[in-house]
Amino acid sequence: MSQSLTKYLREEVFPTPFCPGCGHGILMGAILRAIDELQLDFQKMVFVSGIGCGAWIPSPHFKADTLHTLHGRPIAYATGVKLARPDLKVVVISGDGDLAAIGGNHLIHAARRNIPMTVICANNSIYGMTGGQVSPTTPKGAKTETTPFGNQETAFDLCKLVKACGASFVCRYTVFHIKPLIKALIKGLNTPGFAFLDVISPCPTQFGRRNQMPKIYEMLQDLKKRALPYDKAKARTSEELKERIVIGEYE
Amino acid sequence: MPERIEKSLLLPKKYFWSGNIACAEGALQAGCRFYAGYPITPSSEIMEHMANRMPQLGGVFIQMEDEIGSICACIGASWSGVKAMTATSGPGLSLMLEGIGYALMTETPCVIVNCQRQGPATGQATRPGQGDMMQARWGAHGDYRIIALSPWSSQEMYDLIILAFNLSERFRVPVIFLADEVIAHLKEAVLVRPEFVIFDRYKDKEKPPFGEALIPPMPTFGEGAALLVTGSTHNEWGVRKVQDSLAHEKLNIRLINKIEANKKEIVKIEQYFVDDCEILIIAFGITARSAYQAVKMFREENKKVGLLRLVTIWPFPEEAIREAGDKSKKVLVCEMNQGQIFYEIKRVLGDKKEVLPLFKTCGEAIYPWEVMEKVNLLL
Repeated sequence: MSQSLTKYLREEVFPTPFCPGCGHGILMGAILRAIDELQLDFQKMVFVSGIGCGAWIPSPHFKADTLHTLHGRPIAYATGVKLARPDLKVVVISGDGDLAAIGGNHLIHAARRNIPMTVICANNSIYGMTGGQVSPTTPKGAKTETTPFGNQETAFDLCKLVKACGASFVCRYTVFHIKPLIKALIKGLNTPGFAFLDVISPCPTQFGRRNQMPKIYEMLQDLKKRALPYDKAKARTSEELKERIVIGEYE
Repeated sequence: MPERIEKSLLLPKKYFWSGNIACAEGALQAGCRFYAGYPITPSSEIMEHMANRMPQLGGVFIQMEDEIGSICACIGASWSGVKAMTATSGPGLSLMLEGIGYALMTETPCVIVNCQRQGPATGQATRPGQGDMMQARWGAHGDYRIIALSPWSSQEMYDLIILAFNLSERFRVPVIFLADEVIAHLKEAVLVRPEFVIFDRYKDKEKPPFGEALIPPMPTFGEGAALLVTGSTHNEWGVRKVQDSLAHEKLNIRLINKIEANKKEIVKIEQYFVDDCEILIIAFGITARSAYQAVKMFREENKKVGLLRLVTIWPFPEEAIREAGDKSKKVLVCEMNQGQIFYEIKRVLGDKKEVLPLFKTCGEAIYPWEVMEKVNLLL
C-alpha cells in the first residue's frame, strides 16, 4: 500500500488475515484511494460490516469508526447510524453471503428507502470464512463444499435487484478493473442516496481451487475474459450473457 | 456529570393514558430520541405514538422491515450517541435475541419493551402472558447478566421506563422491559412530575471503551475516537481477539461482574404486609396487582397475608426473597406462566420452605379471587 494511504490504516493490526491471492486487499486499497481522492474526513466516516471475509476489510484495519456487526445485519445497523447522525458518511462493506443471503431483506429495504449510504459488496461468490459453501451469487454449475455436483440454483444479479428497489446508484466492477472501480467508488461515495457497488473479488482458496482456477492469475484472467461493459450487454440476450460479468453503472 | 435533573417535557399534571402511551411518553422523557420497530400486537401503540411524537421532538422514528432490523438500528443509533428503544412482543423478542446478545457483548445501552402475550409461537396475540421471563434472562446465547424490569400500572410504564433508560446508560447494558398485554392496554391516571433524574452515559475517549474500568466510558461515532466496535471477543480497545482464551474470559467475567457487583443499586422490590405474614405471596406485573387486591381483603379480615412484588426481575432479587421468605410460613408464587419464576424462588428458598404455585396460561389475567381461593386453602 502506498505511503499516502497508511494514514488511514491501523498499522499495528497488519498483516491482514486475507489468504494469498484474495481480491479483498485490492478492494481495500481501491476504497482508500477513492476516499483519498475525495479528501473525505476519515473521522466523520463510519464503516459498518457484517460477518465474513469481506467484513474484515474495514474492521479492524481502517483507522476510523468501525462497527463490526452481526451476520447479515450491517445495513440495519448502518440505517440506525445514518438516521441518528446524518452528518456522518456511512459505508457498509460486507460479503455476498452477508448482504444477499441472510441480509437480503435489509439490502432491498434500505435501497427502497434510498437511505444515504454506500454499500460495497465484496462479492467472491462463496462463503469463504466458513470453508467454501455455495452463496446466492455462486454461478450455476460451480462446485462448492455444499454443491459437490455443481450448483443447481440461479445466482442473484445483485445490481438488477438493488436497482429495481430504487437505489440512486448501482454498479458492478471487478478488482481486475481497478481504475474504473476507483472511479465508481468515488461516484458511489458522492451519491446523495443509496449507492450499491457489486465488486467481484476472486477467492482462489475456496472458489478457484474447486473450479479449475487454483492460481490467482487464472482467476483474474477469467474476470478479464468474462467482463462485458453494461452498454454492450444491453443488446445481448440473457442466454448470451450467461457466462458474462456485466460491468459498469446500471441504469 | 452523567446524572442531571431534567424538566418535564409535558405540562406536569395527571394524564389518562394506556400503559403503551405512558411507556412511549416516559421513554421520550428519559431522552429517547430514536425509535425503530415493527408492528406487533399488543405493543403497536407504542410505535404509533412514537411516529407522532418523535418528529415533534427532533427525534428519529423508523418502521423497519422486521424486528431483527429494529434492534440492529437501535444499536447503531446508540453508538451514534442517541438513546434508542424498540418495543415488541414474544415473537419479535425471539427474533431480536441475537441483536440483544450483540448489545450485551458491545455494552450498548438500549431499551427493549416486551408487551408479553401467550406463546409459544404466535400463541394468543391479544391476550396477556408472563411467559418470557426466562427468555429475557437466557434468550441470547452465551453467558451474561442482563437487567429486566416488570411494571404493574400505567404510572409505572412511565416511571419505570425512565429507570430502564437510566440503568441502561449507567451500566451500558440492554434493559428488557417486561410488560404484558393488560398493562399495555389498561387506561389509568398517570402523574407527570415537574422534574426527573436522567442519567446519560459517561464519555471519555482517552480511556478504553471496553475495559479497565468495570463499567467503561462509551464514546460516540464521529468524535474522532476511531472506535472499533465488534461482537466478537475483543480487548479493551475493541481489537478482535478470537483465539485469545484469556481475553474472552476477562471480557465475559467483567460483563457479568458489572451487574453482579451493582445488584444492590439495581434491584428494586416492593413489600406489603410482609413483616408479620403467615402466607407470603410473590408476584410481579399485573399479577402482583391482583395479589395486592387479595392481600388487602385478607387484611380486612385480619388474616396474615403479605405480598412481595418483584419490580426488578433480573438480576434476581435473591436477598429480598430470602428475607421475606424467612419471615413467613408458606410462600405462594403467582404468575401467568408455568413456573418460570416459581422454580427460581424454590432455588433461593431451598427445600425446607413450602413454596406453592398459582400458574395460569389460558390467556386471562389471574384474578384477585383466584389468589384468595388459593390462599384460603393454605391458611
